[in-house]
Amino acid sequence: MSKIIELKNINKWFDKFQALKDVSLEVNLQEKIVICGPSGSGKSTLIRCINRLEEHQDGSIVVDGIEISSETKNIEKVRAEVGMVFQQFNLFPHLSILDNCSLAPIWVKKLPKKQAEKLAMENLTRVQITDQALKFPGQLSGGQQQRAAIARALCMEPKIMLFDEPTSALDPEMIKEVLDVMVDLAKGGMTMIVVTHEMGFAKEVADNMIFMDEGRIVEKAKTKDFFENPKSDRTKLFLSQIL
Amino acid sequence: MINNLIFKKPNVNNLKQYVSIGLLFLTFSFLDVFLNSLFKINLTSALPGFISFFLPLIIGFIGFYLIRIEHTGNVFLDTANKKINLTPFNSVLTLLSIFVLVKYIPLLLNWLIFEANISGTTKEDCTGNGACWVFIKVWIKRFMYGMYPNAEQWRINTAFLILFVTVGSAFFIPEKYKKYLISFSILGLPLIAFILIYFLISGGFFGLEWVETGAWGGLSLTFIVSFFALIFCFPIGVFLALGRRSDLPAIKYSSIGFIEFWRGVPLITVLFMSAVMFPMFLPDGVYMDKLIRAIIAITLFEAAYMAEVVRGGLQALPRGQYDAAKSLGLGYWRMNFLVILPQALKLVIPGIANTFLALVKDTPLIYVVGLLELVGMIGLGKTNPKWLGMATEGYVFAGVVFWVICFSMSRYSQKLEKELSTER
Repeated sequence: MSKIIELKNINKWFDKFQALKDVSLEVNLQEKIVICGPSGSGKSTLIRCINRLEEHQDGSIVVDGIEISSETKNIEKVRAEVGMVFQQFNLFPHLSILDNCSLAPIWVKKLPKKQAEKLAMENLTRVQITDQALKFPGQLSGGQQQRAAIARALCMEPKIMLFDEPTSALDPEMIKEVLDVMVDLAKGGMTMIVVTHEMGFAKEVADNMIFMDEGRIVEKAKTKDFFENPKSDRTKLFLSQIL
Repeated sequence: MINNLIFKKPNVNNLKQYVSIGLLFLTFSFLDVFLNSLFKINLTSALPGFISFFLPLIIGFIGFYLIRIEHTGNVFLDTANKKINLTPFNSVLTLLSIFVLVKYIPLLLNWLIFEANISGTTKEDCTGNGACWVFIKVWIKRFMYGMYPNAEQWRINTAFLILFVTVGSAFFIPEKYKKYLISFSILGLPLIAFILIYFLISGGFFGLEWVETGAWGGLSLTFIVSFFALIFCFPIGVFLALGRRSDLPAIKYSSIGFIEFWRGVPLITVLFMSAVMFPMFLPDGVYMDKLIRAIIAITLFEAAYMAEVVRGGLQALPRGQYDAAKSLGLGYWRMNFLVILPQALKLVIPGIANTFLALVKDTPLIYVVGLLELVGMIGLGKTNPKWLGMATEGYVFAGVVFWVICFSMSRYSQKLEKELSTER
């Protein structure tokens, strides 16, 4: 298995508050990792560091052989290879769903417009909202918006997908349609790091589970071991509360 | 019966009596004001002055009280009660606004039209009590073209005609080329306008007589100054707004310094400095026309305001939009021009329109550098010994012209706002 992401001793501060404490993590190609933990534990900050939406102050992050530092060129290269899906969808409200998806392929990958739109339609079909392509984000339901956001990230044909609590802002009814798309994606062999509280999803797709608390990785284990035989007391307490 | 009517709350049961008596009161009240306004007849002159003055209001108030009945079933009456007669205070406002209109609209129309003079060529031809539009008629060419020689005015007309046709045709271009519209209006349009103005209005080429900018003036100068300042202050303002939010300290603080400097000084001093101090900084032998200097001064001044308006829009966008654009690999410029600015600018269209209107209405201040646009020319006209005392007519005329220009701009901005809205 080849390593695609390598984090070594990451430290990050927001002013005086230390959000990440000496975090190290290796992710192999095609590996699926689910990160859980209480709010404020640094889960989102950790995955936002991987595509430099947050700056880390100490340690090193290497993504697909590219070291992330303050060099802008590297950052943009990494971002083009790492797709991200947000809790609040963050679709661009002034563009149609199709334009949302074809924007980055046209301007970052320099694909011709026709080809980019074809790519966009393929990915919209993959998340099953082909019929919404010409609508604007404001006209779609939450579940449809989140699936469109996944399609938009997929259009850059990323090697890695990051999910930052993708179902937390959704009505219970819509969570399933988004999770289904993510399960599909996982089966297709995508490398995925998912921050979520959906433990059913984690059991189904994750290779490894990570539990974080107060900016540290408390426990990292194979999914089966994690749920059946957690080692730390903190993990046991957390699992007893959410399962 | 009558006693009962007045002191009981009106209700549906004796609707007809209440409504007919109420309307009678109202009719009397309006008739009194109407006759007084149009024919100077006072129906209630027998009463003491104080009561006579307030009588229409009191009678009308009683009338409205009598017809204020909750849900009668009569659509007209119900609508009227809901819109203009909901509460006693509401009915007083209704009466007062009707009285003010009845009283002053005839006065205004008399001054503007019925008693105004339009025929003749001198001030002495104005014999009526109304406005003396002869002044405007005689001076109209000066008000439009300033001191531009009469024989050469076709050049201004031609230049403006070409420009208007160019701008107007932009509305009819096919959908396919619409994306080039912004770059055209920022780069192409000013260039075309400059060429037209330089060769046609200024002249000195192809046998056209050279006309110095000091002779330009009137409404055409208002348009020239506003046009260039509008077109240039917008992009400069956008870049300043981006600069103010930049992570690079050098760019950030120079943007803040620039914006705060221009916002802190009155336009009139800026224009004065452009005329007096600016030439001292130019190398010997370099000369910049005072019109160009004035346009630059207004542009930079309004750009500072524009920058703050645009910054407001940038701040209103949720951080998620920046995150999403970055996560897709869009760099700084592409993120701003493809994702952030289209949304931010749409949010602040009312503020942009505000700044544009303020700019147009600020142009008269160029009189301090000796350039006389519409208001300046009117100021000149009213001090002409043959036309003393024409200030009211002149400024009313200027007010109407500016109002028409600004109102059309305002309507256009509202139309744009609706067209660009994607929230449904």
